[in-house]
Order: sequence, then C-alpha cells, then structure tokens
Amino acid sequence: MSLGDSSTPLGRVRGLGSAQHGGEHWLTERVTSIALLLLGTWLLASLLLLPQLDQRTVLEWLHAPSGAVPMALFVIVGFKHALDGMKVVVDDYVHEPGNNFALNLIMLFLAVGGGALALFALARIAFGGVA
Amino acid sequence: MAVSIIHRATGVALSFAGLGILTWWLFAVASGPEAYASLTKVTTHPLGLVVLVGITWSFFQHLLSGIRHLVMDSGAAFELGINKTFAILTIVGSVALTAAVWFYLLGVPK
Repeated sequence: MSLGDSSTPLGRVRGLGSAQHGGEHWLTERVTSIALLLLGTWLLASLLLLPQLDQRTVLEWLHAPSGAVPMALFVIVGFKHALDGMKVVVDDYVHEPGNNFALNLIMLFLAVGGGALALFALARIAFGGVA
Repeated sequence: MAVSIIHRATGVALSFAGLGILTWWLFAVASGPEAYASLTKVTTHPLGLVVLVGITWSFFQHLLSGIRHLVMDSGAAFELGINKTFAILTIVGSVALTAAVWFYLLGVPK
C-alpha cells in the first residue's frame, strides 16, 4: 500500500523497526481497521436484523449481492487485518530469527488458507442455487 | 493500562476463534441444512454459547479499544485523566453492548 512515506529519516537509513521494515505495515493495519469498523458494524447489524438465523435465511441473505459483496470484503479485510495484527504480536514476543520467521510463515499460511476457504464457501453460496 | 494488552488478547481471539467460526459458519450455510444443524448443535450448547458470547465481547472490546488507539495515534487523549476514562469506557461499552446483543439474540428463534 502506498499512502506516502511515513518513515523517519533514521528509520529509512536503518530500514528497521521491530517489524524489520518501515511504516507501511503500521499504516495498512490502521486502514484495514477503519474498513473493519464499517464492515464489522454492517455484519453485526445484518445478523441482528435477519428475521431468523436458520440456514435458509442466511443462505438467501448471502446469495444476494447486497449480502455477498460486503461479506467478501469483510473476509478479505478481516484476514488481512488478523495477519497484520498477528505479525505485531509475533515480532514483539518471538525474537529468535528462525522462530520468528517460522511463526510468521505459519501465520501467513493460516491467513491465506483460511481466507481462501471462507471465500470459496461464500462463492458457493453466492453462485449456487437457492433450492 | 490493562486495556492495551486486552486489545491484543481480543485481537488474537478474534483472529483464531472469530475468523475460524465465521469460516465454519459460511461452509455450513453453503453445505445445506444438515451441516448447518450440526453447527447449531454446537453453538446452542452451553459451552458453545460461552464461546460465542466471548467472541461477541472480544469484537466490541477490540472495536472500542481500536477506536481509542486510532484517537491516540492522532496524538490526542494522552492526558492521564482522559486516557483512563477512555480506557474504562471501552470496557463498560463492550460489556453493555455484548449484554444487549445477547439479550436480543436469545429471543430470536434459531
């Protein structure tokens, strides 16, 4: 994401924070948090406004573009924000380079894999029949 | 204060339990009424309900303390009194909102 260079001159020279790179990650985490403020409120309000929470009602809701599109955005932004947040936690507590790399790699695979699974299920709901 | 570490803990809980259950729920909806029934069997069990209430509280707590962090990122609310009040309000708010949601939800047929 390029939203301007927010790193300090010293940080640019060293190229290192605890995250081992500049301000980009920090900014992305905040941008996705604001998006999730909107999408999370939408998700919660939608769930509360559905007449029932049975399979049929949820299927019809997520089959329509008005449900499927914001849900797809919630899944993508949600998993991205989770990955960015977990990187901060891992980098703060796991300092040994090998363990740090391994744990961050596991988080990346979990986030990409989990996000893909959720999007696949959502695609089946959105593009499948409602019989 | 404690609200900062709670922000982390709730973030980790939402990342694993929250997104995990969301993904499972989407699969159950896509798979049909039988798969959905096996999900609701777990989610309506007392222990399942405890987990769902925990995720709801984590959602509100992380959202409210997230807003607090965004405000602090702007350089505001660092004065001790305001900072502490804001932190306490996130907890009061998250507990009240969680109670309101579940008070409402438990009256809705599954």
